[in-house]
Amino acid sequence: MAIDRKTVEYVAHLARIELTPKELEKLEHQLQDILGFIDKLSRLDISQTPPTSHILSLSNVLREDTPKSSLPAEKVLANAPSREADFFSVPKVIE
Amino acid sequence: MELFKLTAHELQDKIKKGEAAPKEAWCALEERIKSVDNKVNAYVRHSQPVTQNPQFIPIAIKDNICTEGLNTECCSRILEGFKPPYDATVITKIKAANLAVFDLKANMDEFAFGSSTENSCFGPSHNPWNLECVPGGSSGGSAAAVASDQAFWALGSDTGGSIRQPASFCGIVGLKPTYGRVSRYGLVAFASSLDQIGPLTKDVEDSTLLMNIIAGHDANDATSADIPVPDYTKSLINDVKGLKIGIPKEYFVEGIHPEVKKSIEEAINKLKSLGAIIKEVSLPHTEYAVPVYYIVATAEASSNLARFDGVQYGLRVKTDNMIDMYKKTRGAGFGEEAKRRVLLGTFVLSHGYYDAYYLRALKVRTMIKEDFDRVFKECDCIVAPTAPTPAFKIGEKTGDPLSMYLSDIYTISVNLAGIPAISVPCGFTKSGLPVGLQIMAKPFAEEVLFRAAYTYEQNTEWHKQRPKL
Repeated sequence: MAIDRKTVEYVAHLARIELTPKELEKLEHQLQDILGFIDKLSRLDISQTPPTSHILSLSNVLREDTPKSSLPAEKVLANAPSREADFFSVPKVIE
Repeated sequence: MELFKLTAHELQDKIKKGEAAPKEAWCALEERIKSVDNKVNAYVRHSQPVTQNPQFIPIAIKDNICTEGLNTECCSRILEGFKPPYDATVITKIKAANLAVFDLKANMDEFAFGSSTENSCFGPSHNPWNLECVPGGSSGGSAAAVASDQAFWALGSDTGGSIRQPASFCGIVGLKPTYGRVSRYGLVAFASSLDQIGPLTKDVEDSTLLMNIIAGHDANDATSADIPVPDYTKSLINDVKGLKIGIPKEYFVEGIHPEVKKSIEEAINKLKSLGAIIKEVSLPHTEYAVPVYYIVATAEASSNLARFDGVQYGLRVKTDNMIDMYKKTRGAGFGEEAKRRVLLGTFVLSHGYYDAYYLRALKVRTMIKEDFDRVFKECDCIVAPTAPTPAFKIGEKTGDPLSMYLSDIYTISVNLAGIPAISVPCGFTKSGLPVGLQIMAKPFAEEVLFRAAYTYEQNTEWHKQRPKL
């Protein structure tokens, strides 16, 4: 499977990463190399094998629904790049 | 006696006997850091103790493990200045065990993406055995700090070899515990189905002591295993008589450095002479581990790194449009390897490619796990090299991501299968670079690893060697 410039641009948009033209060109070639290497997996017959998404056979890890205290707002907001009162401040989203 | 040279258990003994004061240990370490870290660059931050108490044994902490109120930046520009509002569970446990917590933060590849510690926004760490070489990665700062006697012990994290490979390159002991053995709460997530925190230490005994502190179930990590933790120091048994050790033939094929091969073969002979039963085994899907990993790990990383958007913490590039703010912040904040992995992960999960890449990789992951299940029916543990080569030169692989990825070829399967593995020093190349022996066992059989590793260590002198700085 080859990956072209348009696909790299589209994936970068999906991942919300701005790339310079120079970065795009480099990444196009590197991703091609890596995907070429990954294609090795298509040699295997996987029709009879179930997927493993998680190694421990845990399911539905539940706990009692008891209220616990949360972090104080001041502590949560301490790292905010921009804030107003007790809120994170961001550029306007709704016109 | 220079206190900084001691292992953690030796220092603990001295303090108990009243032969050393805790404060002296810290002063000795501080002096050592001042005199050698300008060459090694193991630390990104170091300062005065945060807690002080009787069993004052400082520990170096990889920069991706959250420490309340102390910068935790994953060596990434996007997390510059980030002070977590809470402690990781391993840090809470270390404090509860009356050990000192310091602001001793070790260098790493950004977000643990790398095998050389060159992908750090603070510049590379240097291998204490040869300053022109990498210390391995991603926990390269932790490994270099321990190897250069700038730390008594350290914590790292291992997603595809990030504790074991630097331990091998730096001539120390590094353990990747079973998935779920140590809580991941407060470890900045890279690939959640693979990540584990573990110890990097000067010897096997220290590894058992640190595991006694950090292992165990944690309600804050839904993937942590609710299985009792044994006293790991009880596994310090100098005896491997009758222990069945498998040697996987796929780990000794093309690509292995001849001097690494020789050291490993000599180590296997040593174990045999100590009474272990050696047997050749096969892990037929070994060659597929790296491609599976670079699908699964990048897919999980692309999802985990979505949180770095400039809203709640870290860097923000100001614009008047929300989407632009995300794009510019992430474009400016992520380094080259982080961008590459997030893009690859986004691609393999994207519409139209999911079945061909991600789902296929999960199925091959099953095959890799089944290889180990089969071998552990007839063997107590598996012995192999930790890395195919000794430490490589700084800059040697930075232009070629694929060749960098292949330096983890012997460590990645372990993470995919969720099993524990340890790397112990087993020799040096002619040019004086350390070689590591990897021992793997079935899930929650860390005791077998410790027994085999301890026996090998106690019957060899490799772990006593220290670099001259």
